[in-house]
Amino acid sequence: MAFPLLSLIVFTPAAGAAVLILLRSDNAVRWTALAVTVIDLALCILMLARFDTATHAMQFTETRPWVPALGITYALGIDGISALFVFLTGLLGWICVLASWVAIDRKVKEFMISLLVMQALMLGVFCALDLFLFYVFWEAMLIPMYLIIGVWGGEGRVYAAFKFFLYTLAGSLLFLIGVIVLYFHGGETFDILALTAQDLPFQVQAWLFFAFLFAFAVKVPMVPVHTWLPDAHVQAPTAGSIILAGVLLKMGAYGFLRFSLPMLPEASVHYSTLMLVLSALAIVYGGLLALAQDDLKKLVAYSSISHMGFVTLGIFALNFRGLEGGILQMFNHGVTTGALFLFVGLIYERTHTRSMADYGGLMKAAPVYTTFLALFTLSSMALPGTNSFVGELLVLSGGFAANLAVGAAAVLGALLGAAYLLGMYRKVALGPASVGARFKIRDVNAREMTAILPLAVFVLWVGLYPKPFLNIMDASVKHLLAQVHAKGGGQ
Amino acid sequence: MDPVTSIRPLLAVAVAGLAALAILLLNNREKLRDVVSPLAAIAMFAIVVSMAPTVLAGGTIDLHLFEILPGIDFAFRVDALGMVFATVSSLLWIVAAIYSIGYMRHLNEHAQTRFFACFATSLAAAVGGAFSANLFTLVIFYEVLSLVTYPLVYHHEDEEGWAGSRKYLVYLMGASKSVLLAALALTYHIAGTLDFVAGGLLAGINASPALLTVVYFCYLFGFAKAAVMPMHAWLPAAMVAPTPVSALLHAVAVVKMGVFCVLRVVFHIFGTGLVDGLGLGIATAYLASFTILMASIYALTRDDLKARLAYSTVSQLSYIVLGAVLLSPVAMVGGIIHIAAHAFSKITLFFCAGSIYCASGKRNISDMAGIGRRLPWTMGAFFVGSLSMIGVPPTAGFVSKWYLALGSVEAGDIAFLIVLLVSSVLNAAYFLPVSYVAFFGTSSQESPATVREIPMMTVPLVATAILSVLMGIFPDYFLALAQGVVR
Repeated sequence: MAFPLLSLIVFTPAAGAAVLILLRSDNAVRWTALAVTVIDLALCILMLARFDTATHAMQFTETRPWVPALGITYALGIDGISALFVFLTGLLGWICVLASWVAIDRKVKEFMISLLVMQALMLGVFCALDLFLFYVFWEAMLIPMYLIIGVWGGEGRVYAAFKFFLYTLAGSLLFLIGVIVLYFHGGETFDILALTAQDLPFQVQAWLFFAFLFAFAVKVPMVPVHTWLPDAHVQAPTAGSIILAGVLLKMGAYGFLRFSLPMLPEASVHYSTLMLVLSALAIVYGGLLALAQDDLKKLVAYSSISHMGFVTLGIFALNFRGLEGGILQMFNHGVTTGALFLFVGLIYERTHTRSMADYGGLMKAAPVYTTFLALFTLSSMALPGTNSFVGELLVLSGGFAANLAVGAAAVLGALLGAAYLLGMYRKVALGPASVGARFKIRDVNAREMTAILPLAVFVLWVGLYPKPFLNIMDASVKHLLAQVHAKGGGQ
Repeated sequence: MDPVTSIRPLLAVAVAGLAALAILLLNNREKLRDVVSPLAAIAMFAIVVSMAPTVLAGGTIDLHLFEILPGIDFAFRVDALGMVFATVSSLLWIVAAIYSIGYMRHLNEHAQTRFFACFATSLAAAVGGAFSANLFTLVIFYEVLSLVTYPLVYHHEDEEGWAGSRKYLVYLMGASKSVLLAALALTYHIAGTLDFVAGGLLAGINASPALLTVVYFCYLFGFAKAAVMPMHAWLPAAMVAPTPVSALLHAVAVVKMGVFCVLRVVFHIFGTGLVDGLGLGIATAYLASFTILMASIYALTRDDLKARLAYSTVSQLSYIVLGAVLLSPVAMVGGIIHIAAHAFSKITLFFCAGSIYCASGKRNISDMAGIGRRLPWTMGAFFVGSLSMIGVPPTAGFVSKWYLALGSVEAGDIAFLIVLLVSSVLNAAYFLPVSYVAFFGTSSQESPATVREIPMMTVPLVATAILSVLMGIFPDYFLALAQGVVR
């Protein structure tokens, strides 16, 4: 058997968490957590370097029997669709540690353990090739995330954590039912690839589609099951928000890509218009909600709903540009919104307010901070030259091909994005008021800069030269589309 | 002629970009910092002009950098149309750079480093846009230009500045994140690429006429920098900026970027044949005519000199659009050379407004009675600029208006000839009184002796006035380029 790179990637953070248990001083905990996450990132980079972009087949596969009687195996592997998310999770991991360096000052050890366990589980979700294994990782994620919000969150953390838990659990239960149905209809196996090859009757596909839809829609989140998101974000500590926005929201969209589309192609094609309309609704409604916010974190949270709408729009456009744009936009959203949450966290640490009304004129007090904030704000509104614009152009181009009206609605969402993001920047960084006079604000330090710079690099890299990122997914997206249209018809 | 590959288009952009960087680094060394802009301007102009012979001979200069998306490259292509815009921008940057130093020093303005850095970056963006080989590259530079001119508009950081700059950004970003975005996505969806193609990218492609019409108007209004009504209101709002910004950016680089983009869409995305086939030429011509006349009437009613100039710009920009969409070769030539003619004359007028303000603190025309006796050079140049705006021979404005008038006859529609004539009368009506009042007006308070010419500002404005006349007498360079576009 080949070198188990994926197992190493998945279990390095878990092993790190085990090591943390033995440590006593907070500083040792922080440095160890940082070291573990940096090693994990290095492994992810190694994975990308050795990734073969020519094939759609699963790579770095590992298979070990686990519960043979039920057809459960420990199977890992990644293709062009999951590779970017494994990398994204690795990229954000150490940034989360840096973001929590001083922000988390009590129960540091427990926090870092939760963070590392969370990372291991998220990586597991993206690597799992066995449905049962996938479900274990998927469900287990709830626990550390619940703790991160519920223990280290803000004032209303218990309510927010509970709401998060309930929504996700409700979705997961439907998913579980779907998994069991799939198991029995699909020849009593949990092998994802084998299940993908099955031809299910349309009725079964339709039921499963909606069971999965509910589970994934909660995660994405799509309107109207989005209401847990702003609460969770506002209460979560910065690292929690970064994980939530950067990776957790991607799980839902990943679910559509890994399960709904290839396993339920007929239903996916049949209900694609519904999905496009729901996506457009999320784009516009999320944008309107973001426009109405005064709380910085809520604004970014609602903007996520709108941006994830672009992702699902691209996916259910069911054409090449749409899918590539949707997947690229997932990566972009992780980078950009992760950065925006980091920035909200940084300024909150200094002023202890998130109300935009308390800011203004920050440019004078913290020029470096506001310069980079400008970059990420522009990236979030998808200005040409930044990462999100490339994704947005692909999604819209694919969206227009699928449905002109939905494309037009999405454009309206893009306009709303410009309105609330530029408005946010103006209120915080510019204007006659001087926030520097009321609060003692220092500009970003070296540790904070270390977390910011890599994200800034990806904003411009993907914005101007997205080819390496698109190359990774090309073969897999083509294969996925062929699967969908071979069985599901259309195009 | 085969396309020549050369790094020069990138070099032209890089010179201004590096200048901005140098300006930031020399923040504390004012004298050295101020030398950077004129030097960079001269270098940029030299690079641009060095490419002229190839382009005049009918060739293009290409530089392909890398692929962004399938069918979309980050690439430069220097052709005749881009050459017109780049020559004008880089040439006028030289004079504007000197003028800015005079202006900023005289008023002892704050944040001069930011000012000069943003100014240089604006020029990099303008020339980058001029040399872009496709819409994607062009739009990147277009947006950079919006962004870096924003701090120039809010420069004073007073209430007026924040309000004006907000309107500026709302219009420009609003247009590009809505209709322009839709137009780009639809074009990419229809054609699979965003390249500029001689004769039109969309010309041979089978798409529904209704959809193409929508795309066309999305472009027309999406490029809000062209200020075709109703997308014009940002331009008067931008007048809160220091006058050198109004002069070079909001009379030349930014607004010309807008009309340049519209011309690119008409000539190289749709192609004149398709625009004609869809019946869009006449529709746009009416829209442009409406803008020409309405903006002139607005200009008549403004007493603030810069506001009057701003509305005049709105009006004159639509001349360029009108020339293109009349779709007769002569009118197109007229529209294209009006890019240069308007630039030389309008920058002169703005320079004069700044010179008057620095010398006397006056902004309203009604306060300028008799000021010509104190500022003879400034007001003399203003008179020359006015004549060119009206289109009196032998100024630059005459040449472009002559071609436009001939073109509207050629296009067979007398209505547009009448529009041109009426607007010329209106131009005279709002420009000539300024000169008259300045030279012959009497005011109860004679201007004090401290009101006198500021050499660092007077020399540039006299230079641009001379340019306005020179182009009227020797229009060959721009005519040759324009004919190269139309051919």
